[in-house]
Amino acid sequence: MSQTQPVLSNPNPSRPAVITVIRPRRGPRINLHELLQYQELLIFLVLRDIKARYAQSVLGVGWAIIQPLFSMIVFTIVFGRIAKIDADGLPYPIFSFAGLVLWTSFSNSLVDATGSLIRNSHILTKIYFPRLIMPLAPVLGRLLDFGIALVLLFAMILWFGVVPGFGALLFPLFVLLMVCTAAGLGLWLAGLAIQFRDVSYGIPFVVQLLMYAAPVVYPTTLVPDRFRLLYSLNPMVGAIEGFRASLFGLAVPWDLVAVGAGMAALLIISGVYFFQYRESIFADVA
Amino acid sequence: MTMSDIAIRSVNLSKRYRIGQLRRQPTTLVEAVRTFVTSPFRNLSHLRRLARFDEDESADIVWALRDVSFDVGRGEVVGIIGRNGAGKSTLLKVLSRITTPTSGWAEIHGIVGSLLEVGTGFHPELTGRDNIYMNGAILGMTRKEIDLKFHDIMAFSDIGRFVDTPVKRYSSGMKVRLAFSVAAHFDPEILVVDEVLSVGDSAFQKKCLGKMGDVAKGGRTVLFVSHNMAAVTRLCSRTVLLEDGCVKMIGPSHQAVSAYLQQESGTTAEREWPAEKAPSGRVARLRAARVLDRRGRVSDVVDIREPVRIQMEYEILTPGYVLLPNLNLINEEGIEAFGAQDLDPKWRQRPRPPGRYTSTAWIPGNFLAEGTMFVHVNLNVQSPFILQFAEPNAVAFRVVDRSDGDAARGDWGGIMPGVVRPLLKWTTEVLDTAPPAGTKAEGSAGAL
Repeated sequence: MSQTQPVLSNPNPSRPAVITVIRPRRGPRINLHELLQYQELLIFLVLRDIKARYAQSVLGVGWAIIQPLFSMIVFTIVFGRIAKIDADGLPYPIFSFAGLVLWTSFSNSLVDATGSLIRNSHILTKIYFPRLIMPLAPVLGRLLDFGIALVLLFAMILWFGVVPGFGALLFPLFVLLMVCTAAGLGLWLAGLAIQFRDVSYGIPFVVQLLMYAAPVVYPTTLVPDRFRLLYSLNPMVGAIEGFRASLFGLAVPWDLVAVGAGMAALLIISGVYFFQYRESIFADVA
Repeated sequence: MTMSDIAIRSVNLSKRYRIGQLRRQPTTLVEAVRTFVTSPFRNLSHLRRLARFDEDESADIVWALRDVSFDVGRGEVVGIIGRNGAGKSTLLKVLSRITTPTSGWAEIHGIVGSLLEVGTGFHPELTGRDNIYMNGAILGMTRKEIDLKFHDIMAFSDIGRFVDTPVKRYSSGMKVRLAFSVAAHFDPEILVVDEVLSVGDSAFQKKCLGKMGDVAKGGRTVLFVSHNMAAVTRLCSRTVLLEDGCVKMIGPSHQAVSAYLQQESGTTAEREWPAEKAPSGRVARLRAARVLDRRGRVSDVVDIREPVRIQMEYEILTPGYVLLPNLNLINEEGIEAFGAQDLDPKWRQRPRPPGRYTSTAWIPGNFLAEGTMFVHVNLNVQSPFILQFAEPNAVAFRVVDRSDGDAARGDWGGIMPGVVRPLLKWTTEVLDTAPPAGTKAEGSAGAL
């Protein structure tokens, strides 16, 4: 909307440093300078989301562990014991828990990001700030949950006697891949949901189903080879397989990771572009 | 006005919205089923249309702003008034970049901070402290700035030991105080304020007005949207009057305010109500209100030296009550000149039988100041005290001074403040004709 952005701390108030021009919006404009100026707001929003999420709750951040932990127990019984899925030779509980920790974080981030504009529409319609911050904040905020669940995952790895090796140092790379995927998709969906509420109603359910399109409860090796490329178009496939391989000292399937990273990059670039394209109507349709 | 003196320049700003269209309700079961089945498709096209204007001008497009052009000088405090839906809030939203204009452009010289409804961005689960930081950040303050001002914000808001309590446990008054305090301590070069003064108790409103006054005096540019005409007249040097999205007038605040009030009430000196539409209670019903001049003729212009009569005509529907017809006179700045009630000794403390009555207040000449006076007419039952009708701005009249020199104005041609302008008796006596000691009689005449 603006062509130049005010410098927030103007040392000389008698001479305004900047001129903002307001014009009808044509096409997206990405203003990195402005985003940097509002990084503090992003931090505050992340903190707000975290604080508000666990306010007045007995277990507090304990809930970050409960969701993947109980899913893991159920899946271990259903897929590990009853269906006897081969988990690449790993104990099924840590195999599925590793996948679930990453997936839970992804799905929560995505659901939160999708609804972020709607939840904050009262702010959106009252005050200007770069709208891009809104869907990004919950994605970053959910990383705390992830970190806590990760501690439990490390404890389980030690308990099951798996030796990670140096490859484990690579795991943040795959977390980054997950974050980019969630952010990219989140931007798309948030930009749609503010006008079409169906998106925010549908996403929690769709994400639940999507889990089966990613190697969370089964390994990629069970997918027939001719579908492997198609399968890897889902960036979460590379993210989860890479994450598990790095933590459990297995060979990282770089082909899956590379395709996934490409897709994630595509998602985030197109997401930012699409979001900015729609940004000017948010306040009108919210 | 040179370029460097301008804070805001708005040129032909226009903004259109699409309003929801009424849809036909199904009348038969078959139609209802068909409507139900096809509704997703209709909903989709309806939702898509919210942000699309590529079709021809259809009936559900409204122009919230149309060719709005004005300049605001640096350090100027400008009011924006108009009835609900006139485009005031849309204008502020466009200028504070919340929404984009459809056409036209504006230039903002400096940092804009908006105070559009206080408490925006408060999260109920967070503590007062957290919300101060959060709200400050939303307004555009940095953590350092908030740290520096934290103490002042706390002191102004008066929330004391509740600072670490979740905001959801605050009373609504406390929430408003906290929110306004944060906003008031944010000092952008250009402040955009929307109706902040309509909240909180009167003591806090006074405090807010004071703060607004400080901001205004501090050389900051302020755009102030309000329905509080007294505040607008007091705080703003110039005011923009909007009507149906267009600028109706830009001028000195008192002129714009009086134009607005005239447009609102239509300064009519006589109004009559048909029985079925009349303001009414169980006991009494208003039928007419009039302004009468010295000779008893309906008149909306009254000479300042002459008496004026306000007459209300009403019906009593239920017998057996002592009634208190009364009126209030409000001037164009929204300041109440006085209130008065029917004191006719014939009816004091006496229940009235049903019928049609008039009550007339006789206002003396040389009493009201020049300007437009708006008359609110009301009627109460005395015991139990129950309002029967209250009709704000029922009638209005203008008090004019023909400047013949024999009213209180005398020969003075400038502004005379006040809601009343009594013609007082003045006495001036000469005590001594000698010049005071220590002054020289000669040469002092030229220098005042």
